[in-house]
Amino acid sequence: MTGPTLMTPEMRAEDSKAVFGFFTYLMTDFVLFAALFATYAVLRSGTFGGAAPASVFNAPFALLETLILLSSSFACGLALLAARRENLRNTLLALSATFVLGAAFLALELSEFSRLVASGAGPARSAFLSSYFTLVGTHGLHVALGLIWMSALALSLRMRGFTRGNLRKLALWSLFWHFLDIIWIFIFTIVYLFGII
Amino acid sequence: MTHSMLFGTLSWSVFPTNVVAIGGGVILVGGVLAVAGLATYFRLWKYLWREWLTSLDPKKIGVMYLVVSAVMLARGGADVILMRIQQATSVGAHAGIVSASHFQQLFSAHGSIMIFFVAMGFMFGLINLVLPLLLGTRDVAFPFLNSASFWLFVAGAGLVNLSLIIGDFSTAGWLSYPPLSELAYSPGSGVDYWIWALQIGGIGSLLSGVNFLTTVARLRATGMTWMRMPMFAWTVAGSMSLVAFAFPVLTVTLALLWLDRTLGMHFFTAGGGGNMMMYVNLIWSWGHPEVYILILPAFGVFSEVVACFSGKKLAGYASMVISIWGIVFLSWLVWLHHFFTMGAGADVNAFFGIMTMIIAVPTGVKIFNWLATMYRGRIRFATPMLWFMGFVVLFTLGGVAGVVMAEPPADYQLHNSLFLVAHFHTMIVSGVLFGYFAGITYWFPKIFGFRLDEKLGAAAFWFWTTGFILAFGPLYVLGLMGATRRLDHYAAGLGWQPMFIVAGIGAALVMIGFALQVAQVVRSIRMRETLRDTTGDPWGGRTLEWSVPSPAPEYNFARLPLVHGRDPFWSAKHGGAELWGHEPYEDVRVPKNSSLGVLIGAFALLLGFGAVWHIWWLAALGLLGAVACVFVRAFSENTERTISGERIAHLEAAARRHAALPV
Amino acid sequence: MLIIAGAAWFAHAHGASFPLLSPAGPVGLAERSIMLFTFALSGIVVIPVFFLLFYFSYRYRAGHPKARAHHHPEWDHPTRFHEVFWWLIPSLIIAVLAVVAWRSSAFLNPYNPIGAAPALTVEVVALDWKWLFIYPDQGIASVNRLELPAGVPVHFLLTADAPMNSFWIPALGGQIMAMPGMTTQLNLEARATGTYDGASANISGEGFAGMAFAAVSVSPEEFDAWVKEAKSAHRPLDATAYRALAAPSSYVPPTLYSSVSSGLFPSIMMSYMEPSGATTSMMMRM
Repeated sequence: MTGPTLMTPEMRAEDSKAVFGFFTYLMTDFVLFAALFATYAVLRSGTFGGAAPASVFNAPFALLETLILLSSSFACGLALLAARRENLRNTLLALSATFVLGAAFLALELSEFSRLVASGAGPARSAFLSSYFTLVGTHGLHVALGLIWMSALALSLRMRGFTRGNLRKLALWSLFWHFLDIIWIFIFTIVYLFGII
Repeated sequence: MTHSMLFGTLSWSVFPTNVVAIGGGVILVGGVLAVAGLATYFRLWKYLWREWLTSLDPKKIGVMYLVVSAVMLARGGADVILMRIQQATSVGAHAGIVSASHFQQLFSAHGSIMIFFVAMGFMFGLINLVLPLLLGTRDVAFPFLNSASFWLFVAGAGLVNLSLIIGDFSTAGWLSYPPLSELAYSPGSGVDYWIWALQIGGIGSLLSGVNFLTTVARLRATGMTWMRMPMFAWTVAGSMSLVAFAFPVLTVTLALLWLDRTLGMHFFTAGGGGNMMMYVNLIWSWGHPEVYILILPAFGVFSEVVACFSGKKLAGYASMVISIWGIVFLSWLVWLHHFFTMGAGADVNAFFGIMTMIIAVPTGVKIFNWLATMYRGRIRFATPMLWFMGFVVLFTLGGVAGVVMAEPPADYQLHNSLFLVAHFHTMIVSGVLFGYFAGITYWFPKIFGFRLDEKLGAAAFWFWTTGFILAFGPLYVLGLMGATRRLDHYAAGLGWQPMFIVAGIGAALVMIGFALQVAQVVRSIRMRETLRDTTGDPWGGRTLEWSVPSPAPEYNFARLPLVHGRDPFWSAKHGGAELWGHEPYEDVRVPKNSSLGVLIGAFALLLGFGAVWHIWWLAALGLLGAVACVFVRAFSENTERTISGERIAHLEAAARRHAALPV
Repeated sequence: MLIIAGAAWFAHAHGASFPLLSPAGPVGLAERSIMLFTFALSGIVVIPVFFLLFYFSYRYRAGHPKARAHHHPEWDHPTRFHEVFWWLIPSLIIAVLAVVAWRSSAFLNPYNPIGAAPALTVEVVALDWKWLFIYPDQGIASVNRLELPAGVPVHFLLTADAPMNSFWIPALGGQIMAMPGMTTQLNLEARATGTYDGASANISGEGFAGMAFAAVSVSPEEFDAWVKEAKSAHRPLDATAYRALAAPSSYVPPTLYSSVSSGLFPSIMMSYMEPSGATTSMMMRM
């Protein structure tokens, strides 16, 4: 990561420490999702007479969610580029776009969840549904947390501008956001595509 | 169970009613009140708050870890005494002193406490105390995260103890296999206490893992390449990378069990499509690495101790490093050996059995390298070296028992028997606990400025080892007699009672050993002037921590050291390259205190308590509070203060009057 | 050590037996020989370790008269030969043990039938907190007493209508788990007549200590007589009787049932499975 300001060795050490630590954290989160994916793979067939994957999932809907989340990542990339040029207005604009897209993704996910619950396919119905709701819901929780984090970051950017701390946090947050994209691609493939085939 | 908005499922019936349980509650409440009363009487609250509870200095956090772990060791030990009395008396027509469900709470609490809040606590405590010093740096990578991890650990420990007074603890064993731990068979709040205590403590451990891994990877002194690191740092790196990979699995497993119990989901239930064997796979794919998480840093301690007290370089450094990473890698391929008897196919069982045996190779190599370190040394048998001797003897024997059980057909007979119980206690007590006892004795002067009394230390060692042999030898024998674990009662005709009585005597001796350790600390504090370490190098040490005065100053190193090889302090003492230049002292920045760590722990406790008793407003308050603290910290600036160069010069001049190395 | 040996001897004199060391069936005997072989082979490493530990402690102690002369503070490199040696020796031992593990796991797979002789089938149901033994071919059932004809292989099918349990008769051989919604299998044989203790080795709840049962090995004639006795007990194990039996209770005295519906065992297992009847568990035979 190269910053616009002149960096002292201490600053560089601080950055390298934060990036290393955050990557390690992301790896632990990856393991967490891996455990949930494994659970889903084992319990997928445990429908206990209830709804089966093919009848639950709606491919175009999941594709829409995917596109929205991917474009939010694109907006997140724009925010980072703007920040590198120290353009506060564009940074905040791109962050707002990211927020709107992320929130739309969450809204879609929640609408799908409520549709399923209303049709009697709630998480307590069968092991398959428990594992589906938990896997996708955990991703959703991460997205929600990312949105809160981003809001706090945007607030801090407005108040303090491009301080070293803010730039570092922005970079880490964008790593987090892209990470959630990767996880979603796995969910889209393993849960939705394999579920429909 | 009734449920109210305000109090969830709490009711007056949650308080204990039988004599032994009330006794436990009274001791706990009395102890807390006594400590609080003393602190108030001596007006210590302000001091404690400023100097300890809110401190971000890893040395102080380390000391707090050790104190909490020692208290929890006493708690887990009290469980032992009750269990030993029960099994020695509950025979045939005699019912013993506690009920079956109380007995089951005792062993469930004992196991959970000893692993999560004693072994893990001693490990993190010791890492906090010495890792930055060994690496030649001033702090851990993320000082605030470190404080938050510690207070999460305390919150988890607090939750376990709360179950003594309010409600019951789990009766489903320390790993709570479903479906026994599911709502259908364990409707009370006990399993929820277990889930939340481990979840909160476990998240603290996970964050510590990230923190220390980053510390080793990024904060080493200039010139300290990977292959120049002290062996302890290598073992911490191995252990913490296991933490980073294994603990998320625990987090998931506990969360899923909680979802089953609370929202009626069907991950592990009998029926509903759930798969209870998946739980067993998941929990052990955390649980087996956990064993190595605990033992690797203890191996690291022994590596430092043997080299120091033999007055020699550690033999076979590269071999040691290879064996650490061999163990780290293999520990992921053995989890199924915890359930050979679940009906897996012969090939699967054989594969996991063989992987398990292979771990014995790098472990054996480590033992041979320690012996090679002793070869042609000048061995001084101070207390840390005694713990090492006890470790080698017991650990090797326990290891043989482990290799025997790694043969799946032998395990069919030995699994779930007291032989198994004796085996893993041998590994964890002699491997992990003895290791940390050695480490605490070894590094005590560096932290407190005076040594621990050797006589009482040696006496404690002999009580621990003799007591241990007497307590667990009979359990090996009982296993061969066909005694299964966790029995609150057995028939008189089996003839097991004499062995259980001997085991009880052994446990009592171990307790005396622990009491002697407490006495050792008290006596050493009183005799601190005679035991004072004025040189900073009381043992003839080899690594960087001995180059600074004892007690180590807040900033650790007045000038950051330059490292030119392994054992840099030893070579500097013996005419090798100097550790630092002679330029004037510079200002040092250290983190300011923060009360947010304590607050995060307090909110986590509220979250856990609320979730256990379904008091959802309280749980939500705890969660939001903890998250808010994180954000407040993340966006606060000005979190450091400066210690001026003049001040450091002044402090160093005073502390280094008798130093082994001139300033 | 002496105290433990003394206590073991004392226990032995007071009726304690060592079923793992003196098993009464072919499975237990084979498992014992694996234990003893592994234990003995480990000695190749353990004995030198103990010898070197105490020898070095004596020889290189700081108080030794020639300590200064012996001291080589910079000696940190065991020669290539030594290093190879102590990687190799444990590896060789483990290689031998691995072969043993591979072969014995296949040979002593609990699912393997014993010999070619026709086996007696017993269906085992772990209940809260007692064992139900169903003899499908004889049409009888028994609680907490497992009657076996000596010299005849027995094929156990196990499930649970309770949390996980582990079915263990130490004198006959190793255990296997009994779990709800699943069937596991075990093959054992008692060579001699006698009464052997059995238990659940896995915690299954409050009354689990009261799940001890007797495995009684008798001559084939006595076994037939026992079946007759059961049949004349006039106590059928119908749905009502099963519900009463399945309710939690422990330390249940042995009880005989004169008849049992042939579908009881599968129906207990199926009650936890999908209504459609398809199997859920992909890890079942993992």
